[in-house]
Amino acid sequence: MRKWKALIVDDEELARRLLREMLAQHAEIEIAAECGNGMDAVKAAAEHKPDLLFLDVQMPKLTGFDVLELIERENTAVIFVTAYDQYAMKAFDVHAVDYLLKPYSRERFEAALERAKTQKTAKPLDAGELAAAARPAGQFAERIVVKDGTKVTLIPVAKLDYAEATDDYVTLVSEGKKHLKQQTISGLEMALDPAQFVRIHRSYVVNLERVARIEPYGKDSKVAILANGARVPVSKAGFARLKELLEEKK
Amino acid sequence: MARIKFTGAQHLIFWLGWIGFGLVLAGMLHVKPGMPVLNAIYFGIGISGIAQLSAWSAGFSCRTAPLAKTPSWRLALTHLAAAVLLTLLWMQLTLFLAKVMNAVSGWEGTASYVTFRTGLIFGAGIFYYLLSVAINYALIAQKESQKAQELALESSMRAREAELSALKAQINPHFLYNSLNSISALTSIDPARAREMCVSLADFLRLTLGMGEKGVIPLREELGLLEKYCAIEKVRFGERLALKEQVEESAKNCLLPPLLLQPLFENAVVHGIAQMPEGGWICLKAERSGERLMLTVENSWDPEAGSSRRNGVGLKNVQRRLEARYGSAAQLQASAEENVFRVTMQFPAEEEAKK
Repeated sequence: MRKWKALIVDDEELARRLLREMLAQHAEIEIAAECGNGMDAVKAAAEHKPDLLFLDVQMPKLTGFDVLELIERENTAVIFVTAYDQYAMKAFDVHAVDYLLKPYSRERFEAALERAKTQKTAKPLDAGELAAAARPAGQFAERIVVKDGTKVTLIPVAKLDYAEATDDYVTLVSEGKKHLKQQTISGLEMALDPAQFVRIHRSYVVNLERVARIEPYGKDSKVAILANGARVPVSKAGFARLKELLEEKK
Repeated sequence: MARIKFTGAQHLIFWLGWIGFGLVLAGMLHVKPGMPVLNAIYFGIGISGIAQLSAWSAGFSCRTAPLAKTPSWRLALTHLAAAVLLTLLWMQLTLFLAKVMNAVSGWEGTASYVTFRTGLIFGAGIFYYLLSVAINYALIAQKESQKAQELALESSMRAREAELSALKAQINPHFLYNSLNSISALTSIDPARAREMCVSLADFLRLTLGMGEKGVIPLREELGLLEKYCAIEKVRFGERLALKEQVEESAKNCLLPPLLLQPLFENAVVHGIAQMPEGGWICLKAERSGERLMLTVENSWDPEAGSSRRNGVGLKNVQRRLEARYGSAAQLQASAEENVFRVTMQFPAEEEAKK
């Protein structure tokens, strides 16, 4: 059997060293890389395609859950390592293999490793479902994480103009730029505040604050004109939803 | 104006006053002029009843002329004038009533009995009114003292509550778990440092737990606690945490409630330093200008990171505790400009007594 590749992600150096030490006894596992923040982790995951990922949750800028949204998880066993037990539950929601609560014993570590080796990982969740699992109930996303190659961008929702469904992806349009994210349009819709973002079409979600006006288009349909001139088609159902929301706002 | 509620004591005074005064008046009418005893008693209590109205009105004039705030001449003038006016009015009513009673069989001559004692009754009326004034003032004073006691109790309870929650916030479990994890790591990497950190952590906790009971501590002691706290956090963050200090010597002896600065430092670490991959800095300034002590905790931060965590429970606690001790003499301000978050506190400087 070939060696397993492991990736260690934690913003505290000592925490990483401890994991390294615990793994040192396992000749069958090789540490491909250590990362001190989420951005580096996304890069390293793309580069090394690890079998095993030790992931801290509380990290600056990008949290462990954000990282999960952005990496290929098909063949990666994820073990959360965190001081916060509230995330322990969510670890299972997002189909992580196990979680380690800091400080953890060697026994606990070994148990988690064993699970990773023997367990077949369930199908990883959609990025939107992942993000939703990470957020406390009732809260909506304040920013969307996207990846351009290995570069990670954080889009504040206020700056998101609209999103368009493209095959298995969504295209997010913000500040004149387009970003691709592996997510369903419905998944994105769920994550966003419905008072601010409306699904005006089967393939489009628009930021209400960006809509300048709505014009008729062709015989039956309408089109929304955004402040920056972009045109977004509006379906019948979408228009009804839009009207309802605008009525409520008055 | 507060609704007038009558307590048990007030009821008693009211009834005693009425009956008592009535009997006095009866006595005046019976002894000497010789009004029949029963008549005198009925009449006496009757007009005493009318007198109760003016006695009751004394309460209002007492409230509008509080003892402490009104100059004596005003007090004398107000109450004497009221006494004379009201008593005159009462006399008129009494005489009228006496004349009416004349026509009733068995009550002949009532008017002449009353007229015989006009002077004395008038005097009694004045005296009774002034007595009511005195009693009203006494009742007001009693109520105020009660209110002051309740306020003091409430204030001390709130102070204790605030201290308790400040204390609870100190025993931040995540701080503990992360620190213990670091110690766990150090045990094989650098056992000496592991031991050091164990001791630092224990010292820090011991200090924190001991401090809640003290009313005030010298700034010097709070700085000692901060040092321990920062030493522990430095192990976790390493190069990512830079600390700066500008503390005036004259400030170090000033007394202040314990655990005011430590929560601010913790906020700075959790919301500032920990949110930035490259880390940041925290700066503490303590200045004393005459009678005021000014403390500032500044830290670098990324305004875009973790915007939802600005609930500031720790900050609110600090504010409440400052209020509890200094009232309006203390000020607390939190501000953010560009990449710096700043909390400034100002309050009266108290020095510890020279031993």
